[in-house]
Amino acid sequence: MKLITISGPPSSGKTAVIMKVIESLKQRNIKVGVVKFDCLLTDDDLLFKRHDIPVLKGLSGALCPDHYFVSNIEKCFNWGKEEGLDILISESAGLCNRCSPHIKDITAVCVIDNLSGLNTPKKIGPMLKSADIVIITKGDIVSQAEREVFAAKVRQVNPTAKILHVNGLTGQGAYEFTLLLMDSEDVETLEGKSLRFSMPSALCSYCLGETRIGEKYQVGNVRKMDV
Amino acid sequence: MNIEKMKLREIFEKQPVAKDFFDSIGIEIIDDNLTLNEYVEKVDEEKLEDLGLSKDFILENFKEFLSNLSDIESNQLQQVKSITIIGGYNKLGEKENIEIEIKAGEIISIVGPTGSGKSRLLADIEWMAQGDTPTKRKILLNGEVPDKDLRFSSEFKLVAQLSQNMNFVIDLSVREFLLLHAESRFVQNKEEIVERVIEKANQLAGESFTGETPLTSLSGGQSRALMIADTAILSKSPIILIDEIENAGIDRKKALNLLVEEQKIVLMATHDPILALMGDKRFVISHGGIVKILETTEEEKKLLSKLEELDRTLLEYRNRLRFGERLS
Repeated sequence: MKLITISGPPSSGKTAVIMKVIESLKQRNIKVGVVKFDCLLTDDDLLFKRHDIPVLKGLSGALCPDHYFVSNIEKCFNWGKEEGLDILISESAGLCNRCSPHIKDITAVCVIDNLSGLNTPKKIGPMLKSADIVIITKGDIVSQAEREVFAAKVRQVNPTAKILHVNGLTGQGAYEFTLLLMDSEDVETLEGKSLRFSMPSALCSYCLGETRIGEKYQVGNVRKMDV
Repeated sequence: MNIEKMKLREIFEKQPVAKDFFDSIGIEIIDDNLTLNEYVEKVDEEKLEDLGLSKDFILENFKEFLSNLSDIESNQLQQVKSITIIGGYNKLGEKENIEIEIKAGEIISIVGPTGSGKSRLLADIEWMAQGDTPTKRKILLNGEVPDKDLRFSSEFKLVAQLSQNMNFVIDLSVREFLLLHAESRFVQNKEEIVERVIEKANQLAGESFTGETPLTSLSGGQSRALMIADTAILSKSPIILIDEIENAGIDRKKALNLLVEEQKIVLMATHDPILALMGDKRFVISHGGIVKILETTEEEKKLLSKLEELDRTLLEYRNRLRFGERLS
């Protein structure tokens, strides 16, 4: 089975792109499943179910969503194998821009949209900078010149990635994206594999439920701004 | 150049934009009298951890960044003098008996009902299909099979698309934005080129605007004119794909002429007879395949003059209406 990690800022169009990719893969009798990671709530699992796509949903709730991802991805991977999938796609939103679900030797995709602003590529960490494939969406809403400038900004922070434009509404580019995904290696197990980048360490009193403001309530890994 | 041995200062002298790489990953260059390796060794570990970077990442990506730059300079990628479409199969599985070469400076109209396969044809061209898309078409550049890596090269995009969208979303002035576009293409003498784009765009637009005009306050016609002038002059893509040009606030004939002057291959998906007849040829698409290629005849060209006359009459009425006149 192939595993693909797809991540990207909220509302960048990850789910729409995944739907179009699966449509295209299904036509070639390739069995794809999805594991959808989110924080508080998602109805996207229903969307996948409606299209007979095997889906798992994980809500991280009060935990850091990326830490939750890495604690669960192996279990999800094993589920995918039991389901007899050819490809398992994991979808997660990169919320703090510093964490990234990308795993070494596993195809890593970042979805980012043309409307997010020219400085956004700079602001996103390893989720974008270490991705193998960058998908740029919402190209139909902006001009050719804006698309070119935005793609150049992405290329600047990730000079090695393959950059593709996919339209999540019409599916333009989705077929071409699947050709790239099919080039990914099959993986037997995730045990022993590593994340491409460590996730930020943050164990302070607020991680443990503290709500009060003030120096005396702050213990653990606390960092202060220079003001 | 031998990046390993060069001091950063020497690299920046040769490639001033190389500095942008460090800026975009959030790392300041304090001492440029070091080689890349020496520099990376000195970067604070904690800072890297905060940024989600590693030393290897910086080394590998900076080298790749420089190699992308030299690809642009060598410029050999961009010389597309012709594309060839070799037919595949239509949606009914029938052979598409076609092999056609389109040369730089040609205008091709693409016609066919909704769902007939116009988008797929254009997608095949953009992807430089090699029998690996549902239509099994093959696309050649300059008569040869293109290098597969070109598909993902951000420096070489075969197709620039002018869609029906008429608005810019970026909050900058015309000049600021064009400069940004010129920088992203690493063009020489960018100020000069930007002024040329503004001048040309004003020749196409019905109402004039300046470099100081905010992008978001351009009218539909002005935006369209700017998009076309920018694509003709600043975009390096040899093929321009046009999805209709609305006949409002822009001189369409001049717009197409500008693209032809810049030696672009123009593909237009249109059902507007005036626009379609401005093309040298039209491809007729049905059931996912090209079924006919019609050259624009002399008779059609005469008809075009008549249609343009009608068009002008209509425009005149529109203007008189605008100024509160009675129509007769």
